[in-house]
Amino acid sequence: MSSDIRFTDFKSDKQPTWCPGCGDFGTMNGMMKALAETGNDPDNTFVVAGIGCSGKIGTYMHSYALHGVHGRALPVGTGVKMARPDIEVMVAGGDGDGYSIGAGHFVHAVRRNVDMTYVVMDNRIYGLTKGQASPTSREDFETSTSPEGPKQPPVNPHALALASGATFIAQSFSSDALRHQEIVQQAVEHDGFGFVNVYSPCVTFNDVDTYDYFRDSLVDLKETDHDPSSREDAKDVILDSEQEHQGVIYQDEESVPYHEQHGVDEDMSVIPDGAPEGATDLVREFY
Amino acid sequence: MAADFNWAVGGEAGDGIDSTGKIFAQALSRAGRHVFTSKDFASRIRGGYTAYKVRTSVDKVQSVVDRLDVLIALTPRTIEENLDELHEGSVIIYDGERTTMQDVEIPDEMIGIDVPLKRLAEEAGGAIMRNVVALGAACEVADFPIENLDSALEKRFKDKGQKLVDNNKEAARAGQSYVAEEFDHEFDYDLETTDEDYVLLNGDEAIGMGAIAAGCRFYAGYPITPATDVMTYLTGRIERYGGHVVQAEDELSAINMALGAARGGARAMTATSGPGIDLMTETFGLIATSETPLVICNVMRSGPSTGMPTKQEQGDLNQMLYGGHGEVPRFVLAPTTIAECFWKTVEAFNLAEKYQLPVYITADLSMAVTEQTFTPETFDMDAVEIDRGFVVDESAIDDHMSESGGFQPHEITDDGISPRAFPGTADGAHMSTGLEHDEQGRRTEDTEMRVEQVDKRNRKVETAREREDWGPREFGDADADTLVITWGSNEGALAEAIEFLDDEGIDVRVLSVPYIFPRPDLSEDVAAAENVVVVECNEQGQFADLVEHDVLERVDRINKYNGVRFKADELAAEIRATLAAEVEA
Repeated sequence: MSSDIRFTDFKSDKQPTWCPGCGDFGTMNGMMKALAETGNDPDNTFVVAGIGCSGKIGTYMHSYALHGVHGRALPVGTGVKMARPDIEVMVAGGDGDGYSIGAGHFVHAVRRNVDMTYVVMDNRIYGLTKGQASPTSREDFETSTSPEGPKQPPVNPHALALASGATFIAQSFSSDALRHQEIVQQAVEHDGFGFVNVYSPCVTFNDVDTYDYFRDSLVDLKETDHDPSSREDAKDVILDSEQEHQGVIYQDEESVPYHEQHGVDEDMSVIPDGAPEGATDLVREFY
Repeated sequence: MAADFNWAVGGEAGDGIDSTGKIFAQALSRAGRHVFTSKDFASRIRGGYTAYKVRTSVDKVQSVVDRLDVLIALTPRTIEENLDELHEGSVIIYDGERTTMQDVEIPDEMIGIDVPLKRLAEEAGGAIMRNVVALGAACEVADFPIENLDSALEKRFKDKGQKLVDNNKEAARAGQSYVAEEFDHEFDYDLETTDEDYVLLNGDEAIGMGAIAAGCRFYAGYPITPATDVMTYLTGRIERYGGHVVQAEDELSAINMALGAARGGARAMTATSGPGIDLMTETFGLIATSETPLVICNVMRSGPSTGMPTKQEQGDLNQMLYGGHGEVPRFVLAPTTIAECFWKTVEAFNLAEKYQLPVYITADLSMAVTEQTFTPETFDMDAVEIDRGFVVDESAIDDHMSESGGFQPHEITDDGISPRAFPGTADGAHMSTGLEHDEQGRRTEDTEMRVEQVDKRNRKVETAREREDWGPREFGDADADTLVITWGSNEGALAEAIEFLDDEGIDVRVLSVPYIFPRPDLSEDVAAAENVVVVECNEQGQFADLVEHDVLERVDRINKYNGVRFKADELAAEIRATLAAEVEA
């Protein structure tokens, strides 16, 4: 069945309302291609989306999906995957969803290492609410709520992930379609929590972190001597404030995903017609 | 009813009060006696005052009373805290060799039994067993055969080796013999045993057991008093039935994990207390709007804010009924006994899936930490029925497709209930969202579809009203002029209270209501009674407000919820139409 699946099968019949030129188009295309390439189909895929421009992705993709509340996409994905280890789970959200209101969940989802993929569409701005500073906005980025810039350093999501014990950390750029797809695909194939931060430029409200900026400044780790299996190398890349990178920053080849760690491997949707066999043992314990 | 016996052990947090009390309760239960326990405890790990109380009789006991016959006091404060409950002839067992107890004054009208608990424990193998020495002493005072204590000690310590079990038995006998030899006093107690088999459990455990029985496979929660026991009960047990427990980073996460598992097709649950419900309320509308079956257990404690975390209150009723922005259909079940905590949890899972909405099951601190004896048949697993509602598989999915070929999880139906397809079902892929949506789950702001979806969700509630039994439990004198209505855990105390009143010639009819929403229509019962009293553990009378609301005269209503405000000419027409209908009627 999977060999017949094309990436367009993951497209819904709803036309995206993203601004023309929005980075999210490229981000979503890469996600759909990665899912098709890894042998998934819409009926065995569950996409969880947060709130914001990025959150609309669940509407534009075709699969089982839940468009949740702001910042809680990762817990939902965690629940789906634990109940249904047989289902491919992909969680998508923006920098506000993931690193501001949902930052607490991000840290713990990384620690749990549930076998799912987390794609953050990072445009360094709040777009849907029309241009306020986001947790990844630059210190001097002027917005309606930060006329002189936020005056606080941006969150470094990769550093947060590494410090939380991540087993897969990557960065891609929505406009570099092939590399973006390749990186998301590696995250899907990773045994554990595959985290990809995607630079997905906002053409309406962010005139600093533009396509041109990323095109000119990104260095592809594939073209360097970076060793993704080395935490030391990963640390150097992540803490390098002078240089933007794309590629797989860190991957732990020995990663043991949550379901193996905890022996959670059953399809929980299947239950008997009455109390489970041996349930009377529970009563006996109270003698 | 046969004479009851009231016993307690008290000391500081960290003195092992809980396990000591539990061993004694277990011994009584295993001896075929009914037991009802309660706890005084504080929100601290060490120090302060804590007590475990046991009421026992050969007849059913379902409440605490203000009387204490035998008290094991490890601290002077334990005596002070219980002066109101102690009476003339009450026995206080204490260790006069303990530094803090040397100068303790036993009230004149009471009997002090000074037992060197620590010294006797050391002789039996270790000072840690001093509470067991006290239990042995209590057995002698109460004329309770010590073999029953042996059985409870075995249950408690068998995993730690026979040596420890034997040492504890010896410690108990040391306490027993000391009292027998040193005190030439006839006590009035005689704790006879019976051949009955009982199980002893608390409300949290009953809820946890009910969840497993109902096929719950996924639980996510965050520790909070007094709901934590649901999670600790499930941990290590639910796995045996193919399930899993996750301790989430907070309640926001816990309920979203449970939501995810439910979207995956699992029966899922979370449990918390009021402060956790505050956080979970964020996701409540999403659960209802996406029509996801989910069971949320709220073990209430005293609020608001952090309130009195270890004290009793039924103050969250309005929060459960009305919490969340917008209008959110939900069911609220409030079991009235510990046994019902089990059965109502099973029912909550069935209701959640049949009507595809969030279902609250609410207990309160008193019921959660109170243990009570029941016959094992009370929890007959063969009587558990599972109804998963309207779930479609590959063979049936074609009947629920839109014209464009998309599955319709929010199909408009007569009874409001739409088909559900679990992930993995071929051609069932669909979106669910907190946004208003069309039948396929795709976002819409179409005014007509909005109204159709709101009506459909509300129709499920009407369908449930018709199809299910939402009746109250009735007891007392059916013809009495006085009607007392209560909900939740007050039933046991009320059942015994009317016996006291009966002795005084006061007849009372009692309706104990386990369903808050939907709930029984009590207007005829209220009208038939001369006096109506609503009993609940809160200040504002939240359930009383509901009863009053239900018996009020109805008003006509004009409602609009398609996303557009009222317009003047439209409103005038609506009012005209309403008046015309009035005249016609």
